[in-house]
Amino acid sequence: MIKRLAKCVREYKLPTILTLIFIVLEAVIESIIPFITSQLVNNIKAGAVLGDIIRTGLLLAGMAIISLCCGGAAGFTSAKASAGFSTNLRHDLFEKIQTYSFSNIDKFSSSSLVTRLTTDVTNVQMSYMMLIRIAVRAPLMLVFSVIMAYVMGGALATTFVIVIPVLAFGLILIARKAMPAFTRVFRKYDKLNESIEENVRAMRVVKGFSREEYEKAKFKTASDDICADFTKAERIVALNAPLMQICIYFNMAVVLIIGSRIVITSGGSTIDIGELSSMLTYGFQILMQLMMLSMIYVILTMSAESAKRISEVLSEVPTIQNPENAVTEVSDGSIEFENVYFAYTIGVRRQTLENVNIRIGSGMTVGILGGTGSGKSSFARLIPRLYDVTSGTVKVGGVDVRDYDITALRSAVSMVLQKNLIFSGTISENLRWGDENATDDEIRAACELAQADGFISSFPDGYETKIEQGGTNVSGGQKQRICIARALLKKPKILILDDSTSAVDTKTDALIRAGFDKYIPDTTRIIVAQRVSSVQNADMIIVMDNGRIESVGKHDELLKSSPIYREIYEQQTRGGDSDEQ
Amino acid sequence: MSNNNTVQKKPKLDIKLLGRVVKYLVGAYPRLVPLSAVCIIVSSVVSSIPAIFMQKVFAVVNTYTESGNFDWSGAKKEIVPMVLILISMYVVSLVLIALWRQLMAYITQGFLNKMRTQMFDGMQNLPIKYFDTHKHGDIMSYYTNDIDTLRELVSQSLPQLLTSGVIVLTVLCIMLWYSIPMTAVIILGVIAMVFVSKKVGGGSAKYFMRQQKAVADTEGYVQEMMNGQKVIKVFCHEQQVKDGFDKINGELNKVSFRAHAYANMLGPIIMNIGNILYVVCAVVGGIFLTVGMTNVSFRGLITASGFTAVAFSIDIIVPFLNMTKQFTGNVNQLSQQVNTITMAMAGARRIFDLMDEKAEDDDGYVTLVNCKYDENGNVIETAEHTGSWAWKHPHGDGTLTYTPLRGDVTLNGVDFGYEPDKQVLHDISVYAEPGQKVAFVGATGAGKTTITNLINRFYDIADGKIRYDGINVNKIKKSDLRRSLGIVLQDTNLFSGTVMDNIRYGCLDATDEQCINAAKLAGADGFITLLPKGYDTEVTNNGANLSQGQRQLIAIARAAVADPPVMILDEATSSIDTRTEAIVQRGMDKLMEGRTVFVIAHRLSTVMNSDVIMVLDHGSIIERGSHKKLIADKGTYYQLYTGAFELE
Repeated sequence: MIKRLAKCVREYKLPTILTLIFIVLEAVIESIIPFITSQLVNNIKAGAVLGDIIRTGLLLAGMAIISLCCGGAAGFTSAKASAGFSTNLRHDLFEKIQTYSFSNIDKFSSSSLVTRLTTDVTNVQMSYMMLIRIAVRAPLMLVFSVIMAYVMGGALATTFVIVIPVLAFGLILIARKAMPAFTRVFRKYDKLNESIEENVRAMRVVKGFSREEYEKAKFKTASDDICADFTKAERIVALNAPLMQICIYFNMAVVLIIGSRIVITSGGSTIDIGELSSMLTYGFQILMQLMMLSMIYVILTMSAESAKRISEVLSEVPTIQNPENAVTEVSDGSIEFENVYFAYTIGVRRQTLENVNIRIGSGMTVGILGGTGSGKSSFARLIPRLYDVTSGTVKVGGVDVRDYDITALRSAVSMVLQKNLIFSGTISENLRWGDENATDDEIRAACELAQADGFISSFPDGYETKIEQGGTNVSGGQKQRICIARALLKKPKILILDDSTSAVDTKTDALIRAGFDKYIPDTTRIIVAQRVSSVQNADMIIVMDNGRIESVGKHDELLKSSPIYREIYEQQTRGGDSDEQ
Repeated sequence: MSNNNTVQKKPKLDIKLLGRVVKYLVGAYPRLVPLSAVCIIVSSVVSSIPAIFMQKVFAVVNTYTESGNFDWSGAKKEIVPMVLILISMYVVSLVLIALWRQLMAYITQGFLNKMRTQMFDGMQNLPIKYFDTHKHGDIMSYYTNDIDTLRELVSQSLPQLLTSGVIVLTVLCIMLWYSIPMTAVIILGVIAMVFVSKKVGGGSAKYFMRQQKAVADTEGYVQEMMNGQKVIKVFCHEQQVKDGFDKINGELNKVSFRAHAYANMLGPIIMNIGNILYVVCAVVGGIFLTVGMTNVSFRGLITASGFTAVAFSIDIIVPFLNMTKQFTGNVNQLSQQVNTITMAMAGARRIFDLMDEKAEDDDGYVTLVNCKYDENGNVIETAEHTGSWAWKHPHGDGTLTYTPLRGDVTLNGVDFGYEPDKQVLHDISVYAEPGQKVAFVGATGAGKTTITNLINRFYDIADGKIRYDGINVNKIKKSDLRRSLGIVLQDTNLFSGTVMDNIRYGCLDATDEQCINAAKLAGADGFITLLPKGYDTEVTNNGANLSQGQRQLIAIARAAVADPPVMILDEATSSIDTRTEAIVQRGMDKLMEGRTVFVIAHRLSTVMNSDVIMVLDHGSIIERGSHKKLIADKGTYYQLYTGAFELE
């Protein structure tokens, strides 16, 4: 996992290494500073010869300035490195997700991918900065301070060495106890937030059923529960401060008593008074570093979860990849299904598609009909290889779809998805997804064909109308028609409409189909629909039921031969003869 | 930077708001909060005093070494008592610190819990309008980000502010006690330090704000692209999308780097300015000593009972040097905490704004009660659950009348607008007798859903009257009014919990059997029993594990179990395909039997069998009548029906 993430440091290795160098320098100087300070105190004590004071003072000031520069530089380079690292991470994640197939996307769900790309990366960025700054600095300072303490205080420094394991043990114990408690709390906290979100979204339901008091009580129970758990966890962590204080105080008392004794009995020859006061500073510094280390331990363990989630995305293998020696030309719009079985997840009892066999000639118009869950959309999705079959083959233009270059295949097979999505940007920008180099005339022609030119031209900004995020400023039917125009601009050999005109009225629907017949007669058209009227004039209608082809034929034949088709037809035309018009 | 106009001004600390937070805090724990405050203050004072005793110990050691006296037993008599006092102070400070830390852990969480529940309770009481006019993401961030800032504020910033403040004051007093000129030197140095830290800290704050915006932009882009990932694949648009992302990502990199660079540099700068100040003090002290300047101090003022000149001595300079570090360190803490608190106040403001939001007012006094009938057919109120309901209507003269609940709804000349100057409904009159099915048909924005919003009083009408069983709905207590109306909406919202829990939401004391019967009625039983755990299947993530059609069926069952006399079906079957709808139809018909039903549907086959169909256009009813009549009239409905018009 760490190896996987470390790959993303790339061009930011230099700032990372520079940070480490600066930090080491800063740590060295910072551990010497108390020593110089003690010299300064001694200078003053020794009768305060101004020259001495100024000389030592300048030395100290010089060191302070170097330390400032090193520390500042390290702050700068570490920010550079960590911001860069996270930028690379995000870039890699995003790039990787772009290689995902539909089933990879289904596996992660888009909301979890969003969290991984945002919150998780930020967590890792912060830990990385911590790691290269403090995680290096703290142990270094610890070692240097101990050495300096020995150099100055000799045996007296042993008090620190005794305290270190005690404090370290205490801190680790606290961290160990607190961490699982925190993980548990955060999980509950997420749950609580989910339920708040649910309430905000479902406020009409809550109010409609007058369930305000019920929701309040439910929330209070959950919130109280979290409060109790959180308090427990926080109280464990709150033990840190007194533990730290005990150690500091213990050190001070010991150093004061034993130290003064050594100073007095040796007449200041073993340790002098200045060194004694510096010993206290070193003692304090040593313990602070331990505190830092325990903090790093906690933060790193917490971000380990984020790191894991990121590397999951990075190491996922796309289920659909370009084959070697891929075919780059789709010869015509014929489609063939041979003994096709398909399931979204492996190991389910009933497959989504079972033993599907069909041949569709180039340039045909084919309607697909069936109830929810009959497999009609799945059937369509196999043609541009959005998913791979479990067994059997799907051929386009006489070649197995798995042998095509994916871009070539999907340029030739244009599919309008059920979920009509357009992106923020202008309408023409959205349309140019189909063909980046499309001229304005081509765009207009595609829109006329999709019956979209009328309403687009009626907007004040026409084709330059801005679409808001989520496409909230156009209606469902308008969105569908923009999507169809976008797909048409690809000039595909096969056009698939997966329930793409459900929000369009029957008259416009018919106009769109008539336009197809007139202007793109050579394109194979697959129309997945719920309305019989959308498919009844097709060259071939496939009726799907429970993942199998129930029957195939023209409208008149099916009325006679297919009970399902007849049922749907009668249900939709009951009480009126609108569809005949 | 290209976008200089987005630079926000550094906010000023809102003392009044901070006062309100503190008042809330004290209000939550009137005894514990002051107790912790006292503990913090005392422990801070106590922990700044040991420096004096240490200095005294050093002074003793110094006199001994300087006089060449190596006699420890003599020195011991002076040193040990001082160390003992020191230790006892340590113990006091330790106990206090342990105490207030524990207290604060307890107080913080309790306080947050209280704020959270208050926010949530307040939110539940807000009118629907609030939710229609506020982004859900924004409301959510009050509970997550803003509550988190409050946590930081209470558990860290406030105690730290108090600690540093007290230490600064104590040390300042001690310093003044020793020497006024030296204190002046230190204060000058500290002012310079605060100035620098403000500059650097301000830069950091500025870029952190920009970072926030860049993060939001990235999130927005990522969200849109992740949702549209399948479209991206179908159009082989990966490269373009990647390029777009890299641009946004690059901007985030730039501001994030700057924000952190400033923040990272602040620490070393402050610490080393402290070091330099130390040198300055030493040098100045040295100069004072050599020049033999006279010291002015409060000690001198008091003990010498007047302004007596005393020369500077080493005994003054050395303790001063030690205090320099303590003083600068804490002044710096203080200024940083003021910064964090200023930032936290923005979150506090949003939380209080939510809590201050005006609750949905309910001055209804007509309530819904269980009842039974005596032998004369008079309504008698009972406490037990009888299955019969009546409106209890108290009058001004002290009398009570009971009206049986029937489900008769009339709208009379209703005008309405979401905003006062933009009327969306004009003179709407609808008469729905008990058991009738009334349908609304019309384009999006014609006002169909708005009418139902008015019947259950999610919004209040501008003019006209709505009556329920002859009672003006304004007089009916809102919760009772809504209890008598069942709604099923197009966007089905389910709650986490089992399928059974979700159905039971309609009537909390329904038995499992009643819930299953309701599901059967709604035609949902079939697919529910096929779910992995049947009725005990957990609904997660607003029902992401169910299809939209299945969610709608559960929502219908939920309304069915509530068994209300009036039902509103707002595009309730829009996501169920016609074939399934035909199967469900029988159940739906049974469900509607004997109830007043308002149906809004896109699909005309759903509304055809209604008793009366209202065709709405731009907020007015333009046609009304049965399917047959409207077809015969050959008006708008006829055109819709024949597909000549588009329904949007």
